[in-house]
Amino acid sequence: MSATRVQLISPRTLRLLSPGRSALFLPGGGGPHRGGGGPGFRSLVSPPMSSSSSSPGRALSSLSTTRRGLPKPKMSDNGTTSRGKVLTIDNMNPTVKKVEYAVRGPIVQRAVELEKELSEGMKKPFAEVIKANIGDAQAMGQQPITFFRQVLALCSYPELLSDSMFPEDAKSRACRILNSCGGNSMGAYSASQGIDSVRQDVARFIERRDGGVPCDPDNVYLTTGASDGIVTMLKLLVCGEGATRTGVMISIPQYPLYSAALAELGAVQINYYLNEEKCWSLDIGELQRSLDEARLHCNPRALCIINPGNPTGQVQSRECIEDVIRFAAKERLFLMADEVYQDNVYAEGCQFHSFKKVLFEMGPEYSETVELASFHSTSKCYMGECGFRGGYMEIINMDNDVKDQLTKLLSVRLCSPVPGQALMDLVVNPPQPGEPSYERFIKERTATLSALAEKARLTEQVLNTVEGIRCNPVQGAMYSFPRITIPEKAIQEAKKLGQQPDMFYCMKMLEETGICLVPGSGFGQKEGTYHFRMTILPPTDKLKILLNNVKEFHQRFTQQYS
Amino acid sequence: MSQEAVNGVPCRGKVLTVENMNPNVKRVEYAVRGPIVQRAVQIEKELREGVKKPFTEVIKANIGDAQAMGQRPITFFRQVLALCSYPELLEDNKFPEDAKQRARRILDACGGHSIGAYSASQGIECIRQDVARYIEKRDGGISSSPDNIYLSTGASDAIVTILKLLVCGEGRDRTGVMISIPQYPLYSAALADLAAVQINYYLDEDNCWSLNVAELKRALNEAKQHCKPRVLCIINPGNPTGQVQSRQCIEDVIRFAKEEHLFLMADEVYQDNVYAEGCKFHSFKKVLFEMGPEYSSTVEMASFHSTSKCYMGECGFRGGYMEVINMDPEVKAQLTKLVSVRLCPPVPGQALLDLVVNPPQPDEPSYTSFMKERTAVLAALAEKARLTEEIFNTVPGITCNPVQGAMYTFPRITLPPKAIDKAKAEGKVPDMFYCMKLLEEEGICLVPGSGFGQKDGTFHFRMTILPPTEKLKVVLQKIRDFHLRFTNEFS
Repeated sequence: MSATRVQLISPRTLRLLSPGRSALFLPGGGGPHRGGGGPGFRSLVSPPMSSSSSSPGRALSSLSTTRRGLPKPKMSDNGTTSRGKVLTIDNMNPTVKKVEYAVRGPIVQRAVELEKELSEGMKKPFAEVIKANIGDAQAMGQQPITFFRQVLALCSYPELLSDSMFPEDAKSRACRILNSCGGNSMGAYSASQGIDSVRQDVARFIERRDGGVPCDPDNVYLTTGASDGIVTMLKLLVCGEGATRTGVMISIPQYPLYSAALAELGAVQINYYLNEEKCWSLDIGELQRSLDEARLHCNPRALCIINPGNPTGQVQSRECIEDVIRFAAKERLFLMADEVYQDNVYAEGCQFHSFKKVLFEMGPEYSETVELASFHSTSKCYMGECGFRGGYMEIINMDNDVKDQLTKLLSVRLCSPVPGQALMDLVVNPPQPGEPSYERFIKERTATLSALAEKARLTEQVLNTVEGIRCNPVQGAMYSFPRITIPEKAIQEAKKLGQQPDMFYCMKMLEETGICLVPGSGFGQKEGTYHFRMTILPPTDKLKILLNNVKEFHQRFTQQYS
Repeated sequence: MSQEAVNGVPCRGKVLTVENMNPNVKRVEYAVRGPIVQRAVQIEKELREGVKKPFTEVIKANIGDAQAMGQRPITFFRQVLALCSYPELLEDNKFPEDAKQRARRILDACGGHSIGAYSASQGIECIRQDVARYIEKRDGGISSSPDNIYLSTGASDAIVTILKLLVCGEGRDRTGVMISIPQYPLYSAALADLAAVQINYYLDEDNCWSLNVAELKRALNEAKQHCKPRVLCIINPGNPTGQVQSRQCIEDVIRFAKEEHLFLMADEVYQDNVYAEGCKFHSFKKVLFEMGPEYSSTVEMASFHSTSKCYMGECGFRGGYMEVINMDPEVKAQLTKLVSVRLCPPVPGQALLDLVVNPPQPDEPSYTSFMKERTAVLAALAEKARLTEEIFNTVPGITCNPVQGAMYTFPRITLPPKAIDKAKAEGKVPDMFYCMKLLEEEGICLVPGSGFGQKDGTFHFRMTILPPTEKLKVVLQKIRDFHLRFTNEFS
């Protein structure tokens, strides 16, 4: 028995060490990268997770093979078990090891530690850690929409329906939601696709948004945040091996959910680059280049677009969307439109156009053929209800048999959280003119969106006054992704520490100022360029201080390393 | 099929078809929400539209969804959730002080004092602390570290995540996972999705669905011929089979896991649902630690719990946790990274879990009403478990083990050969044919045993014991009548 197991171990070890689809990322050094190509791609991988922050560059994954040599023997003889673990870094799922998610990576872990140290009374050059790493509006002090929370309280504890402190429209919404729950309770499972009446409301919302283009509730799936919908769609699309393995086109810079999901699914990541010089716009020539290169080694089947852009904040023009749709039709690509920031458009002359609407306005040649999934969420826009994990996707032109498979797949996880579904319902069916909560709702919504617009403007303006920082306008979404100039000496210093230069920069900023940002390498960027992502979510006064601290840090940093 | 477009004119085939989609997804099956349930939903629609049926309502006894069956939520839990959702209510004197105090504590641990903020990916820290204290209390003081607790989106989420970590290798080297037959089909579905090898070990129906280590050994040895077994999954109390494992049996399983170098996964979501006299829930963690350091410092284990079952039955909130024990620190770091991609489990579900592990205490104002509600639910379930076994065992052709725990009965049914032939002629599994006919004739929705796995040539169904007692009696009577009619018709 032991002999057999020994034989079984060695081919796995070989595979771990060999390049190719199952190879490990080599951290920090731009190791073998699938679907690389493109203008000087630098590894998307931020320095690997560290189990202790005191050695931030320590690799958990690939280094372990070299550090420890071959995996330890794990077999038992006559019931005497040897000491090795059943599950080790060497014999765990290799695709999981390749997953990276910088938005909650080493910088954030260090930020959490710093907070703890501060609360324990440790002296720091700052009084608080400001987390501008993640689009988490309410954590930054944004107040929830009163109406939404009233309805959720009513749904949680229906005895409140007799309480006069709640407006009638909140009560009627709560009754409607509860009536469509099993046993009239949010505590029952819903249908796996989501509560019927909520999906109907979503469909009507989409129709209104898209000027009457019809939407069928059967095509709407409620999800656990948009991430869940995106991963599920990608999962359906992945098949084949070697040169026929599914390739998925994603923008660089990208939101790292995409690279993480593709790594986990063992799909091939195809990078297309957004044009930083033209306000991060998308260029069909670049799509074509990256597709043609990818066809040599995989089977490209899907094209992912984030509009408004994360982390880049651009808002796509109608014309650009048309071009993308034509490209997808011509190249037979499944379109995935991540539209979670659809209400977050600030720049003058910019407007959100849904892919669905543009697709249908292009006529039946496109609207009857191009397969599309569009994603939305309760986490962004003016509501910022991240914790509820609400979301939906609409699928268009999906093959009926595939749709059955999708429904079946979702049923295994039973249902998305019902409070999140309830919240989604309120987002797509908010108070209407004439209802008692309308004015307050509009007032709160407008206040949030105009504050965001002001902060978008402010961020661009202040960052562009700093020598060595260059920032595109934040047309939409919630982030700025400025380019930073890092002096050569700092780059050398970072390399010595085994860190990406922008990780080195952000880690230093965190230690000196308490500001938590995400290095551009976590999103991908052209080789030799450096960025960070910063949310525009802190309250205006705090944002001003933050921007000023970033400015001073950058100047200090530049001076120190020049 | 060519993927190329000709001169920009797209060809007609879909990009994504059932032929070229992910083949693993196609292999996924989940009977609990399968064709029977889809038909049940259709029938409900038909009833609403006035179509005449031999019944007036569909009774869904297919899924462990207590509140859908009329079970009332625990008042205290919902009060706190309302307070967390709309903190203005903290000023309202209608709410008891302990509910307000719990709500404040949860909100204080949330970003921006709001359940609308993301939490840490592993879950809100103070809730993980409460979970650890709950486990310590449950296990007679055996220590639990909040660092080993991961909050999850229901138990399913955590189970799939742990399985995902464990899967590797190709061909004969592919990870094999041992699951009981009958099993809860989440396991087979997740293994299909992950393309891991499912290793079946059979529970002993003749001994009240008990687990036999010799059978584990048999299954393992056979599996070693074609895969690399690495994991052993146990559901205790059992789903769909309702057995409660003895302490002795758990010890045997732990010894087996150690000898055979297997990672243990203990699905303990029904830990409060124990009804039979002489039966008691023993957590794997507790038994492991009582077996001494030889085991407690080596055997790797994950244990799962949820807000969906027990006395609370809050399925819709998707709350849950897992505790990992003896996990390699590097693997744990990978686990933390993996869960971070999905940001966090739903915060209302986390809040609810906190209440489950930290319910009202004897000196608090809500204690009495909490205990009253909790006891009423559990006593009713115990009564329904007894009733179900009793009535089924009076029906010729149905034999039913005692429902010692959990929420289901999994009786064996005798199907006449003619019915089996008829089913085969229709391309249906015989117990699917039986359950579909039961649904059409009586409006009762059950899940055929084939959806959970069963010994060849035996047939079963899973039925929940959740309908209110009076309704349950009617359901049992209807099934009895149907079974007699069915047997008559096909003999």
